[in-house]
Amino acid sequence: MSLSSLWRAATQHRLFWPVAALIVLLLINVPFTPGFFEIHLKNGHLYGSLVSIVLFGSPLILVSIGMTLVIATGGIDLSVGAVVAISGALACLVVSKQADQNSVAGVLLSFGLALAAALVCGAWNGLLVARLGIQPIIATLILMVAGRGVAQLITGGQIITVNSDSYSLIGGGYWLTLPFSLFVVALVVVLSMVLTRRTALGLLVEAVGGNAEASRLAGIRSRRIKIMAYVFCGLCAGVAGLMISSNVSAADGNNAGLWIELDAILAVVIGGTSLTGGRFHLGGTIVGALIIQTLTTTIYTIGVPTQTNLVFKAVVVIIVCLLQSAAFREKAFGALTKRRNPARKDPGASVDAAPQLEVSP
Amino acid sequence: MSVISRGGPSPHGYRLLQDRRLPVLVTASLFVVMFGFGAFRYQAYGFLDAQVFMNLFIDNGYLLVAAVGATFVILTGGIDLSVGSVIGFTTMLTAWLVEKQGLPLLVVAPIALAVGAFGGYLMGYVIHHFEIQPFIVTLAGLFFFRGLCLVISKESISISDPAVDRLAQTHVPLPGGSFLSIAAVVSLVVLAAAFYVLHYTRFGRRVYAIGGSEQSALLMGLPVAGTKIAVYTVSGFCSALAGLLFTLYIQSGDPLHAVGLELDAIASVVVGGTLLTGGSGYVIGTLCGVLVLGLIKSLIQFEGTLSSWWTKIATGVLLFAFILIQRTMTARRRG
Repeated sequence: MSLSSLWRAATQHRLFWPVAALIVLLLINVPFTPGFFEIHLKNGHLYGSLVSIVLFGSPLILVSIGMTLVIATGGIDLSVGAVVAISGALACLVVSKQADQNSVAGVLLSFGLALAAALVCGAWNGLLVARLGIQPIIATLILMVAGRGVAQLITGGQIITVNSDSYSLIGGGYWLTLPFSLFVVALVVVLSMVLTRRTALGLLVEAVGGNAEASRLAGIRSRRIKIMAYVFCGLCAGVAGLMISSNVSAADGNNAGLWIELDAILAVVIGGTSLTGGRFHLGGTIVGALIIQTLTTTIYTIGVPTQTNLVFKAVVVIIVCLLQSAAFREKAFGALTKRRNPARKDPGASVDAAPQLEVSP
Repeated sequence: MSVISRGGPSPHGYRLLQDRRLPVLVTASLFVVMFGFGAFRYQAYGFLDAQVFMNLFIDNGYLLVAAVGATFVILTGGIDLSVGSVIGFTTMLTAWLVEKQGLPLLVVAPIALAVGAFGGYLMGYVIHHFEIQPFIVTLAGLFFFRGLCLVISKESISISDPAVDRLAQTHVPLPGGSFLSIAAVVSLVVLAAAFYVLHYTRFGRRVYAIGGSEQSALLMGLPVAGTKIAVYTVSGFCSALAGLLFTLYIQSGDPLHAVGLELDAIASVVVGGTLLTGGSGYVIGTLCGVLVLGLIKSLIQFEGTLSSWWTKIATGVLLFAFILIQRTMTARRRG
């Protein structure tokens, strides 16, 4: 195999561009922070920039994984931020009411209640989308608006602080020298990968996202698959809410998980999963979430004023979306990208393209 | 709402259900019922004073303008998530230009409007010509304009310019001793203009046609590209105008102004009976939606003991109820 064909094979791989972007972002840090890739062992804990990227990025990775499955079924979940706030608020409320905040049983109880609430939220979204047939954007918009209100109702409009070592383990604690949240993320990632790629579940999800009606006629219980995706997404958001609140040992109904839904959707899109549903790539999503977290860290370390963070993000979204858009690539690169995948599942494109020829003078 | 549950079988009820004006009527009657409830409950606190009703326009004028812009976009079947950020950015830009650069408001206002409209135009251009979903493009717009706010200043800038102050304090007297603010009058003018454009101009018909079926509109030879881009430009312009009104209302620029206002705007449009799939709805319904949301806020204020987050929960419940009504209607129409 010649070098150029090897290069072509590598660039054709769907993870190539996201991973390349991640590596470039990481390398940008090196001139600004000399010891960027160093990892130290202090007091039995691993420290270093890479560790903190993973630590602070873990809630986003979790939410993005749930979001990937929902987007793969052709939906979207805007309510994850509200679910993050609800789950964190409920858990902190339960812990703060206990006489001994350090008791493991009490913390486990709070986790259980918070995750149950997240489960209910996910099931509610799923029912609205799958049973009542409401557009996913709008169905989840309801919980996005009302959920913040519920979270503030739980906290009474205050910021609830807890003082519990066992509670802060999940979001800020260490286990076997590594951040504990890393193990939670790894567990969820392995679980979802095994469930979707080692069983038929992933195929069913892609079938439903490709064409819900056709898959229903083929005998797939598409409604049940959709509800499962939303419930899973709700659960992921619930766990992320526990992590975020435990990391700061406080629950803020108003600001916890604010805009995390946008970051998560962004991570999914960067990872190569199309918003129109169908094919999904969990690996790409994880890389996407890491890119976003690295971008945030990079903005801090290279001394760009933090307020430009959002503008940066917007520019990145636009560039990524433009590169994914076949119409843009055709206009911008012309003959360079003649070999396009003809089986593109975007109804808008195929519908638009044909009549335009007849109409235009 | 009882009409919906009982009206199916009889031919008269069926015709009523098919009527596209039904959701607007439902919202309007909901408003009347809620207002009656408020009048009954808070009689002693002067709820029936005409000024309470006028205050709905004064306090929600900016939301009305933003929601009118969103109505255009939603009628074509698109969505604009950048509304709140453009409003926030306009307050920042206005405050910064007036206070820090010393420009008069008369110069600043057209600049702000042009920036908003241009932002909308760019988003529309990308959405149509590069076939990217409106959701993701306007999401990027949301990030971008909110980021620009922070680039201008991280702190809030209060406006002490006497001209702005005078404009904000001006009362337009109405018969009966009540008054409206300049912002409220502007919002009503925008509403009237939108009503005229949507129902009496070619552009308005095109908006409905594209929302009904983009492909059919294209085959009919309608200028789909121009209309779609224009719709997002209108939304950007309306958002910027709403931002100016918001600046008058609150007399400061703050990078966190109007966070999440796009949701209120979309909720008003939906509660006003416009179908999110596009092609069906009325700008008058949007007015009803804004008034209902505004009335919820007033009722919660009058109640006094209820906390502000009940507004969010009530908005969510209302959204749910109206989407259910929409579902029932569209299901019947097809079936």
